[in-house]
Amino acid sequence: MRFQLTDEQRAVRDGMRELLARRFDGEALRAAVAAPGRLDRSLWRELGAAGFFALRLPEADGGVGLGLPEAVLVFEEAGRALLPGPLVATHLAAADVPGAATGERVVAAPDGRLVEWLAEADVVRRGAEGAVPLRSADPLTPLHRVPAPARPDPVAVLLTAAEQLGTATRACELAVQHARTREQFGQPIGAFQAIKHLCAGLLVRAEVARAAVYAAAVTADRTDIAAARLLADEAAVQGARDCLQVHGGMGFTWESEVHLHLKRAWVRAQRGGGGTESEELLAAELVA
Amino acid sequence: MDLSYTPEEEDFRARLREWLAKVLPTLGPKPSPDDWPGRRAYDLGWQRMLYDAGYADVHWDASPTTRLIFLEETEQAGAPYVGANFVGLLHAGPTIAAEGTPEQRERWLPAVLRGEEVWCQGFSEPDAGSDLASLRTRARRDGDDYVVTGSKIWTSHAEVADWCELLVRTDSSAPKHRGISWLAMPMDAPGVTVRPLRTLAGSAEFAEVFLDEVRVPVANRVGDENDGWRVTMVTLSFERGTAFVGEVVACRRVLGELACAARENGRWDDPALRRRLGRLNAEFRALWRLTQWNVSEAEASGGVPGVGGSVFKLRYSHARQELYDAAADVLGPDGLDLDRPWVLDRLSSLSYTIAAGTSQIQRNIVAERILGLPKGR
Repeated sequence: MRFQLTDEQRAVRDGMRELLARRFDGEALRAAVAAPGRLDRSLWRELGAAGFFALRLPEADGGVGLGLPEAVLVFEEAGRALLPGPLVATHLAAADVPGAATGERVVAAPDGRLVEWLAEADVVRRGAEGAVPLRSADPLTPLHRVPAPARPDPVAVLLTAAEQLGTATRACELAVQHARTREQFGQPIGAFQAIKHLCAGLLVRAEVARAAVYAAAVTADRTDIAAARLLADEAAVQGARDCLQVHGGMGFTWESEVHLHLKRAWVRAQRGGGGTESEELLAAELVA
Repeated sequence: MDLSYTPEEEDFRARLREWLAKVLPTLGPKPSPDDWPGRRAYDLGWQRMLYDAGYADVHWDASPTTRLIFLEETEQAGAPYVGANFVGLLHAGPTIAAEGTPEQRERWLPAVLRGEEVWCQGFSEPDAGSDLASLRTRARRDGDDYVVTGSKIWTSHAEVADWCELLVRTDSSAPKHRGISWLAMPMDAPGVTVRPLRTLAGSAEFAEVFLDEVRVPVANRVGDENDGWRVTMVTLSFERGTAFVGEVVACRRVLGELACAARENGRWDDPALRRRLGRLNAEFRALWRLTQWNVSEAEASGGVPGVGGSVFKLRYSHARQELYDAAADVLGPDGLDLDRPWVLDRLSSLSYTIAAGTSQIQRNIVAERILGLPKGR
């Protein structure tokens, strides 16, 4: 049993992390917040060239020929970097929407009662008829409400969980960074147990979620995916909140990056029918 | 990322399963919790059966993955847990194996593996709990002996133990971590008094041990004099490794039984209860995956359990309490009946966030050793 990442998987993850650090840094993030509803199309094509959307397509079809574990790793990086756009919908459209695999075309799809990035998309999947815009709480995710809920796709749920894992990991890093450098009462606040224990909780939730998400990527089992999403939602939402708390007053400002993580985690937690559906699926499995 | 087992590991699993199916029906009835001599005989007898079948040293010599399979299969088959062999197999034994001299290993290890001797642990003291290094039980050199005086607490199986792995202060002028030594003390030595301690679950699961001028040969010291803290850390890292594998398997079985009980008594119709059990299903599935992750990491690093054990223990001890709280929710008024299943387990689960390092201490460990946050001043 070699549950850890292979060298190839590490290379896939590091490559995506490096691309995003170069092409979507703090400045690009602030620019995206300042111009809501717009996608950076050249970045989108660069993602396409790097294989983000064609990752799981067979090589014979011009894809990268990798599997769910690798997809989970690149989506985790996207989550970590707060990369905006209908990433899951476009990735899932790579096989049947021309231009999606290369990043030439952006694809939006209804998920539950919402559609993300509807107005900016080149192709909109079925089920978005009668969509009405709402004023999105997340400045980086424009949202429309749809009348009829869409059936959740397990792969979409898993890739969302991977993004949540990225958020949880990033929230832990940001909280620890701040706790090490911010001084009060003459010492770094991270020396206080009250802060330490918040940070420890962030790590524990992220690592439990990581084991669940990676395992679900290996088994592709519906119950494993449902478990992974519950743990990843919790790690991301509670993680971002605790990160905000560790940042104190600065965490409550628009300028800080922390609120963006929390708001995106809230958006993702709505996907795939929300947590309730996953809880019911896991309950049913107990008596199956 | 690969969750599959090698053909050799699958073969080990198949042979173990076959052996368990053959021998478990021959085991006598489990002794009652108050029958200490009976419990000792039962637990040692099981260890002897493991020894005869070639499984005795699975906790020590086998690869982490093989150990995982062993613990998973024995729990699933309903085999006895390590019981009275716990300290010998999982604390003192591995410490002696890692730090003892060849003579010490020869003297103590075969007796543990063959199910002949029981060990207990003399670490905590009334005034040294979370702050273990402040322990005050003193050992004074007198010729070839140490003369030990003090008291220990939370000592499981003290009533039936042959040996105690004992931490004593051998240099009271040194900084607290540097004046400690690790001794193997015979429990029948003059001056050793055991007083059972009743837990909130009603049974006497552990004891206080009073030591009054107890003579322990210097030859029974494992590791150098005053190096006992480092020697102890070896033991504690074993404790936080694969120690909970069987329990996670057991918790998943209990959760399934709980869901069936809820279906029978109608509580299943309550969506809040159902979803609570569904969430626990996610929790224990994730804990099983985290166990596999930690085992796989230990395998890759040559068998040394890492600090990942603290992450696991923090989450698991809390999840176990949640599980039995949910059981009480399923049982309703019957949850107050000590004769119903799970009610005593609920009481026992309260120790999990305290024993072997409280959750608060574990969070300090995670924050300081994994996240690198500064130590408090």
